[in-house]
Amino acid sequence: MTDLDTRPTEAGTPRRAVDVAQYGLAAFVGLVGAYVLYDASGLEDGFADQPVQPYALPYVVGAVLVALGIALAVATARGDRPEAEEGEDVDLTEPADWKTVGGLAGVMVVNIALIDWLGWAITGALLFTGCAYFLGARSILRAAAIGVVLSIGTFYGFYSGLGIPMPAGILDGIL
Amino acid sequence: MELLLEGFQTALTPTNLLFAVLGVMLGTAVGVLPGIGPAMTVALLLPVTYNVSPSSAIILFAGIYYGGMYGGSTTSILLNTPGESSSVITAIEGNKMAKAGRASQALATAAIGSFVAGTIGTILLVLLAPSVAEVVVKLGAPSYFAIMLVALAAVTLVLGASKLRGMIALFLGLTVGLVGTQTGQARMTFDQPLLADGIDIVVVAVAIFAIGEALWVAAHLRRRPLDIIPVGQPWMSRSDLRRSWGPWLRGTAYGFPFGALPAGGAEVPTFLSYATERKLTKHPEEFGHGAIEGVAGPEAANNASAAGTLVPLLAIGLPTTATAAVILLAMQSYGIQPGPQLFDNEPELVWGLLASLFIANTLLLVINLPMAPLWAKLLQIPRPYLYAGILFFASLGAYSVNFQAFDLALLLGFGVLGLAMRRFGIPVLPLIIGVILGPRLEEQLTQALALSQGEVSTLWSEPVAVLCYLLVAVGLVGSILAGVRRRRGGDGDDDGGPHYPNRPHAGAEAMEVG
Repeated sequence: MTDLDTRPTEAGTPRRAVDVAQYGLAAFVGLVGAYVLYDASGLEDGFADQPVQPYALPYVVGAVLVALGIALAVATARGDRPEAEEGEDVDLTEPADWKTVGGLAGVMVVNIALIDWLGWAITGALLFTGCAYFLGARSILRAAAIGVVLSIGTFYGFYSGLGIPMPAGILDGIL
Repeated sequence: MELLLEGFQTALTPTNLLFAVLGVMLGTAVGVLPGIGPAMTVALLLPVTYNVSPSSAIILFAGIYYGGMYGGSTTSILLNTPGESSSVITAIEGNKMAKAGRASQALATAAIGSFVAGTIGTILLVLLAPSVAEVVVKLGAPSYFAIMLVALAAVTLVLGASKLRGMIALFLGLTVGLVGTQTGQARMTFDQPLLADGIDIVVVAVAIFAIGEALWVAAHLRRRPLDIIPVGQPWMSRSDLRRSWGPWLRGTAYGFPFGALPAGGAEVPTFLSYATERKLTKHPEEFGHGAIEGVAGPEAANNASAAGTLVPLLAIGLPTTATAAVILLAMQSYGIQPGPQLFDNEPELVWGLLASLFIANTLLLVINLPMAPLWAKLLQIPRPYLYAGILFFASLGAYSVNFQAFDLALLLGFGVLGLAMRRFGIPVLPLIIGVILGPRLEEQLTQALALSQGEVSTLWSEPVAVLCYLLVAVGLVGSILAGVRRRRGGDGDDDGGPHYPNRPHAGAEAMEVG
């Protein structure tokens, strides 16, 4: 994706750079709309007591989404630029760091893949440690220690505090 | 009145009082953390309230809500970077005060102002909500349908800088709401049995608020440390108090009605309050350099608006802010459906909630004034641990709904969507409201047409419905005209709104999201 320039272009500036990545968003919106339309076309008439056909709302939503996707693409081509969101820890003057985001997403994927097998008590610790590592924690050992305390703590917190037994995974019988 | 006293009896039992204290502490602690606004605070703390009895859960929750609101203002006074647009103004004057060595007074006027506004707002809520509910309960499905349309249109068209982006968010939300088999046929389920019951809104909310925000921050993490202003015990002198009480009351007067309106929100009243105080003040030279009125008024407006938000939420079942949307989800997860019937069906619960709002508000003042230095320490948490913690607890929250890895996959998917929305300035609120109201919109339409045996004219057969359609029409025409005028005027100002120093281009998000 392109780097962010959050300062809106001055009105008098003759040329505006096009935010190319925004075409991707327009395509996404259009495709979601198209799929909603496709899905609606496969629905059958409702029962006699259903005055609103099951496909009625999907047709409306899908059609509007397709139109919105086109409108966004047109707006993008005419130089529309997004105002990215600011926040306490957000520094928009630096270019986006997609490596960190990728790392975090990867850690979450690992959590999804392993949680049924290993259980939250283990994958939760991995999740915290991995995220802290990709976010630039100085001491990985310290992150791991916090992660283990958090995941075991929340496991028992749910078990004894809230009375909800979490699936223990591989540690079944040990925890 | 009697009912409220009974509510206090429910709320004041030792156990429930303990829950209230716990809620206030948790809410403040999480709300103070940078990058976490009230909506995310409430979303992240949802699992804590599972498996507690509904009345205790709601009391816990009231504390979390008010605590989260209060925590946010502490953050914006001590760090000059408002996390949510409703505290932009607080950040301007509050941070200037803090830099001038008056952090204690800024925190004190914010805390006491929040207390005053919260108390007055809650009194108004107690007076108004039951009578609104009484009127609303008589309305038929056509009126409900129309009211929901107004809410959707208002949230999408009135708030935010870009209508196009608001519409995109709304319709993506409606799409998520389509998923499932509630009409008897599988819609948008990709033949996945796990999607047959629809996508759990808690998962969507946690993903969009928490994961989206954490990923977005990760992409732009501030590498230079922020200046955090050390703070002592909050206190204020008599002259500070004399300068504060007027702004508190005027801020409350602005905040509550705006909060109660479908698209009022907290941003506009804080701006109005700031402008008013600036005009009325006897110390105009201090404005822009840390005027206490500029903290007192907007903070009160912010909190009064939060109380106002509860009027449509409790009386109609209509969430109008991101935080209210999450509260609605929480109540539904305890099996409570907010709406006009609530006051008849669950009087003990509603009045318990209202009473606990008063208690939470008082506890906030008692607990937080002395604890402010401790909360300020939370701002120093190393960011890698903070955001790893947010991802950890968000995952736990989503997992705890059904204990299914599938929900975690949905969490990641919607989290990436949340990231993209922040990157492209798409507001979050219309999406969440769309997910919640979409299915209910269809349900009310079905009900209305079933009663009239398919006669479409039933939709405008009730006066309230007609009024709602007129409102939507006026809003549509108005926003189109404003767009035309802006194009002709040729300046890129957002909606011709008043100009304030440092007003951030807050991602077209006009609510307390974040």
